[in-house]
Amino acid sequence: MTQHASPPRDSTGKVPSAGAAPGWRGLMARADVRTLSLLGVLAALIVIGGITKPDEFLDTRNLQLVLTQGSVIGVVTVGMTFVIISGGIDLSVGAIVALASVWATTVATQEYGFAGILFTAVIVGVGCGLVNGVLIAYGAMVPFIATLAMLASARGLALQITDGKTQIVTVPSVLDLGERDAYVLGIPPLVMVFAVVTIIGWLVLNRTTFGRRSVAVGGNAEAARLAGIDVRRQRLYLYLLSGLCCGIAAFMLVILSGSGQNTNGNLYELDAIAAAIIGGTLLSGGRGTITGSVLGVLIFTTITNIFALNNLQSDVQQIAKGAIIVAAVLVQRRTASTT
Amino acid sequence: MAPEPPLLSMSGITKSFPGVRALDGVDLDVQAGEVHCLLGQNGAGKSTLIKVLAGAHQPDTGTIRWRGEEVTLRSPIAAMRLGIATIYQELDLVEHLSVAENVHLGHEPTAAGFVVRGKAARSSTAQLLERLGHPEIDPARLVGDLSAAHQQIVSMARALSHDVRLIVMDEPSAALDPDEVDNLFRIVGDLTSAGVAVVYISHRLEEIRRIGDRVTVLKDGRAVAGGLPAKTTPTRDVVAMMTGRNVEYVFPERPTTDATAGKPLLEVRGLARHGEFEPLDLSVRPGEIVGLAGLVGSGRSEILETIYGARKPSAGHVLVDGRALRPGSVRAAVRAGLGLAPEERKAQALLMLESVTRNVSVSSMSRFSRGGWIDRAAELGAARAATRELSLRPDNPSVPVRTLSGGNQQKAVLARWLLRGCRVLLLDEPTRGVDVGARAELYAVVRRLADEGLAVLLVSSEVPEVLGLADRVLVLREGRVVHTAPARELDEHRVLDLVMEGSPAS
Repeated sequence: MTQHASPPRDSTGKVPSAGAAPGWRGLMARADVRTLSLLGVLAALIVIGGITKPDEFLDTRNLQLVLTQGSVIGVVTVGMTFVIISGGIDLSVGAIVALASVWATTVATQEYGFAGILFTAVIVGVGCGLVNGVLIAYGAMVPFIATLAMLASARGLALQITDGKTQIVTVPSVLDLGERDAYVLGIPPLVMVFAVVTIIGWLVLNRTTFGRRSVAVGGNAEAARLAGIDVRRQRLYLYLLSGLCCGIAAFMLVILSGSGQNTNGNLYELDAIAAAIIGGTLLSGGRGTITGSVLGVLIFTTITNIFALNNLQSDVQQIAKGAIIVAAVLVQRRTASTT
Repeated sequence: MAPEPPLLSMSGITKSFPGVRALDGVDLDVQAGEVHCLLGQNGAGKSTLIKVLAGAHQPDTGTIRWRGEEVTLRSPIAAMRLGIATIYQELDLVEHLSVAENVHLGHEPTAAGFVVRGKAARSSTAQLLERLGHPEIDPARLVGDLSAAHQQIVSMARALSHDVRLIVMDEPSAALDPDEVDNLFRIVGDLTSAGVAVVYISHRLEEIRRIGDRVTVLKDGRAVAGGLPAKTTPTRDVVAMMTGRNVEYVFPERPTTDATAGKPLLEVRGLARHGEFEPLDLSVRPGEIVGLAGLVGSGRSEILETIYGARKPSAGHVLVDGRALRPGSVRAAVRAGLGLAPEERKAQALLMLESVTRNVSVSSMSRFSRGGWIDRAAELGAARAATRELSLRPDNPSVPVRTLSGGNQQKAVLARWLLRGCRVLLLDEPTRGVDVGARAELYAVVRRLADEGLAVLLVSSEVPEVLGLADRVLVLREGRVVHTAPARELDEHRVLDLVMEGSPAS
């Protein structure tokens, strides 16, 4: 066995390829304190859920439900993480999800079936991201303002399209994806979509020039510019990416609810930002991980579920979420100052 | 009768940060009315010591006596109440507030306890500014609109707005022109004759000779010498104590071959920016180092940044190998083989949260990637090769760049351009924040890069640096080139004359 006592060499890329045990040990050695503590919190929540409601919480159906609920916001959070790492913010994600979900479920769109709904959701998401990106990157607007304006406009447009009514989906192939028959080995398709988005997001952030540029722009935009990076184009791409994630999430929501509503995605922006922050992404940019954000999402969704099972109202949930955000940031500041 | 105790007496001060012992039993005595100079390389503990003195850090052990009585400086406010004021190198002014508001920040003159009496604040500020020899600064102006030198005056006015008995000045002359430095020294003289003590930190030994009374030398968190006479201790001894070496500046030999023979690699024709510098022509050949000498505000940095495309010129062209670059485009400049090591290394060049590897590879990512996918082994290997070539220490490109010393951070920036295959290197104040020992090494690196065929354009406010390193020197004054000559035909006095008088030799 090779000795792994050498100081952390996180970018050597030389993970021992032979044998599963050293690979696992190597993974543990590479996982930072933050990721481990998030995993610890998640484990503690599962224990709490298991103790307070042993029959209901650990039930397969409940776990499937938790993961499915987390998947929609999770996809949004992956896009949000990129935006925050680059030093930006996207307040419009919830509104984009709403607009994409209603535009994809109009009677006219539904005539084109599965492909029409998926295509429309994605295009609307990317289109909103394009507007955000152009305003921010080339119009030199502050991300907070530009995406706040998008939040208002997209919600308004969603209301205009639906006139406040719920648009029922009648395309069977879409609805089928939400049925238990579509589960593969007990895993709902939406969870698989989330998993794929997470893996792609991780790879893009950690293994591609796009990821590097995003981090560089967030860490020091002026230095990135003087190093020859096209900072504006990178910013445009990042908001396009966030819009794309919103489009995918909208399609997932349509499958999940079997409908499109202008109230969809309410407060997603807060949940996604909170999950990224809990996961260790710096709001000022330059640092963040997909793993952390996904764990943040899972922690939030699990808390919501445990509270619901214990008949605690949503007001208590909101207070608890707020407390968790504060606690997470305080803990992170402590670990950051000691390393 | 016992002799009067010193104004300030710090003894056995230790302070540790995670992984670093910044101060390891430092003693410091300061008498009323003296200029006590603090010398030491970067990382020697000067900043930590003055932060302890300012109440910004709490020492782990050690005692601080103020006029003979033991005190605890729990906070900056506690230090200020005793009469200790600190002027930091990185000025701590609020840019969006006026001069008067900055001067009185935290102790505004008020009516009824909370209504700020703006007029009273402005008039007392005007008095302070006059005392500091700068009555022309308008107390109502926003600090952000002032020059760096004037901001420093404001910072000093703020210190004096308290009943101050000891002022700590952290490299106050770093951003100042020679005549501003003279004014600074006059102020220091006024203060000390009024019985105020000054703790003065500077890298420049000649300044310490001029105004210092005593010197304390710090090295690796310890005071290796305390209270030496500032005017008579030989330079050789002081440098030896700071570095363990006996040299201050060592410039590499110029090559014997004549670099002026080749075809110019970088040509600048009629380049100008309104209000910053006038139409400028210059050319740099492969293997040649051309220096721009001039005061702060003479347009030096602006010229480099405009050549690099970071600022858009109002007229003129930049040509590399005879081909004109798209004006105002950094990417075009980088593609043509230009590289900039900017003046503000941390703000303009480095990704402080990232490793050396990523800082070095950031401009050459396409070389290690296919379809956007990064080959990290190739990246690390190339970064290692580039940093080794410049003997960057530590010899491990995976460490975070922020843990490096100033000189090694500069090498990381140079390695970035080396890896990119840069052919024209623009150096803006390359040794700023680099300690004395590491400078000679950096000079040797620059000369070696030139010998390997790079064209180097160098800007520095330190005239000896320009004269020692460059082959040819352009002297700038107020955005105009007033003189061009081979470096060996100039000396420091001549350059300073040109810079200040602007009378070109005819």
